[in-house]
Formats: sequence, structure tokens, C-alpha cells
Amino acid sequence: MADQEGGFSPQTIIDHLKGNNVTHVVWLPDSETNFLYTLLTQEPSLELVTISREGQAFSTAAGLSVGGAKPVILIQNTGLMESGDSMRGWAMGMNIPVVMMVGYRGWTRHGVDTDTAATYTEHFIHAFNIKYFLVESDADADRIQVAFDLAEKTKQPVAVLIGDEFHGFVQR
Amino acid sequence: MFQTADMFKAFAPFRGNAVVIPGRGGRHWINLSDKPDRDVPLGDPAMGGHASFSFGLAMARPDEKIILFDSEGDILMNMGALTTIAEKEPKNFYHFVLDNGVYATTGGQPVPNAENVQYDVIARGCGYKSTYSFDNLEDFTNNIEEILSKPGPVFVTMKVAPEVENTPITQRVRWQKKTRDQTITDLQRELGPRKP
Repeated sequence: MADQEGGFSPQTIIDHLKGNNVTHVVWLPDSETNFLYTLLTQEPSLELVTISREGQAFSTAAGLSVGGAKPVILIQNTGLMESGDSMRGWAMGMNIPVVMMVGYRGWTRHGVDTDTAATYTEHFIHAFNIKYFLVESDADADRIQVAFDLAEKTKQPVAVLIGDEFHGFVQR
Repeated sequence: MFQTADMFKAFAPFRGNAVVIPGRGGRHWINLSDKPDRDVPLGDPAMGGHASFSFGLAMARPDEKIILFDSEGDILMNMGALTTIAEKEPKNFYHFVLDNGVYATTGGQPVPNAENVQYDVIARGCGYKSTYSFDNLEDFTNNIEEILSKPGPVFVTMKVAPEVENTPITQRVRWQKKTRDQTITDLQRELGPRKP
């Protein structure tokens, strides 16, 4: 696992989004990724689509993808768990190759959860047989590319769990 | 109140070259349509998502007119989607809602507060600039041309008669003529590559 001291820069995520020709970021803000939000609003090549419940992300992304755009989904693990049926029907059932970047609220490296959002996150993802990758710092960032490649290859949603919320993003 | 089949007959001459997502009333549309490769009869991937799907398609294809026939049950399940649609204001998106007051595919149980909800008022409150409400076919027919000439997003709610289905899902006859995958493939071929 990567060196936690290195931290995780929101610019790293944006670089991967641009590098993969992402057109739209379907997103429900959460406090831990506010730095990312600020950067996204300044990036003209990415259109932000703000939703009000995470389940909307999957149907919105499906429409964008069917239309030839390339969306990513950016939500928190709490919202992912609320979105099960939408993810099943609109993303998995429609064979949508979308990467969902999921803020891993409550995650800790030592494994002692004090937040049930973290307790159930990976169990939930396993239940849907979704492939996923944990990213804690910039040193793990190549996993984001693996997720994009796998989504495209399998025509299925793939998750990137952003396990950085424990100490917050760093600016670079 | 009017019949969904009659509504589609009134709409058909004005469809033009639009992409049509016929939603839960699709069985009445697929035999009327003269452009099946521009129809997107998805059935029900997951309830409550048709508005966001069609909105996403409209965002991806601003040069295409996108027409959705949604239902009030779907709207109630994801009402927040209306705020996103109104915020992004896709000029090419036309959002029709079939309001039959019930969950017709589960036996006809009423939706919450079925008799009193005004969906056009909700849409306007969420930010849709153009909204309409019809409870008879004549008014709908007289206004459909104007509706489709306005810039989107336009929201149109229609009081239609319930067509209650109470057969177990596994015993229902599938009305779609194509698989979902084939529907998407045909649409994408018809639309061609997306302009950057």
C-alpha cells in the first residue's frame, strides 16, 4: 500500500478524468471532496452535473453514455448504498462502462470502523459483484487508470474507493 | 382524463425526427412509430430513472430533440431530478408525464395523494420555465404543436386512464420488439458519432 504521508491531490483525479476524455462529472457534493469541487468548476473540459440523490447518478450517466458522452460518477459511499437498484438497472443492466469515484467515509487503515458507512461499503459492492480499487494517495493513482480500462473492457461500472477522507485531500 | 393510446395518436404527426423514450406507455407507441430506430423503449430498468436517463441523453446530444413519456410514479420516486434538469436547461428536452394516479403495473394501488398532486406546479417550482397540464384529449391535441416548438425543457402532465396490470411479472407478455441492447445499438447507429 502506498505511503499515506504523500496524501492525495484532487488534481490527480482531474488529470485522470481529462486523460480518459471524460466529458461529464455526475456528482453529489460531500464535504471531504470540496477541494475537488473547486477545481472541477475551473476545468472547462469537464461539465458538472449536480444531482440531489445518488441513484440519479446512474440513470443520468446511462443517458450520457448512450448518447456518446463519457461520464464519471462522483458520490459518497453512503449514497452508493442508497443507489443499489439504480446501479443494477441503469448501469449494470444497460452495460454502461462508467467509473464511479466513491468517497469512502469512515474508512481507516487500521480497520477499526467507528462509522457504519465504512463497515458495509465493501460488503455492498461485493453483493453486486462490482470490481473496485482503493486509492489512498497519489502513489495509488495508477489504479484509477486500471478502473477506466476495466470499465471499458467489461462494459460495466467499476468503483474507485477514495480512502483518503481520513486525513483529507492535499493541495498541489 | 384520456386514453394513453389516443394521446400517442395525437402526438405521432408531430414527432418529426425526435428521439422518443416512450416509457410505461410504450406498448401503444411502438406500433404507431415510423422511426423505430429513434425509439428507446427500455421497459423499466429501475423505477424512477427515466427522467434522468433522458436528460442525460439530451445533454449528450444537444442537436437532437429528445422526447420522454414519463409517469407520475417515476416522478414521485426521484422528484429531485427535476431540479437538475431545470438547472441545466436542455433546450432539446421535452418531458411528458402520464398521470394515471396509480401504480398500474402492480395492481392499481393509488400513488400518494393521487387526487391532489399538481405535477406541473412542482415542475415549475423546480425551475422548468414552460409547463402544461391537460385533462382532456382535445386540449392536448390543440397544444401539442406549440409545445414542441418551444425551447426545452418543457414539462407536460396529462391525466390518463389507468391500464392496470395484475399478472405476475414472469407471466407478462413482453411488448418490446427488440432487446434493450439492440435498441441502444440501433439508436447509436441512427444518431452517429457525437460531436465533441
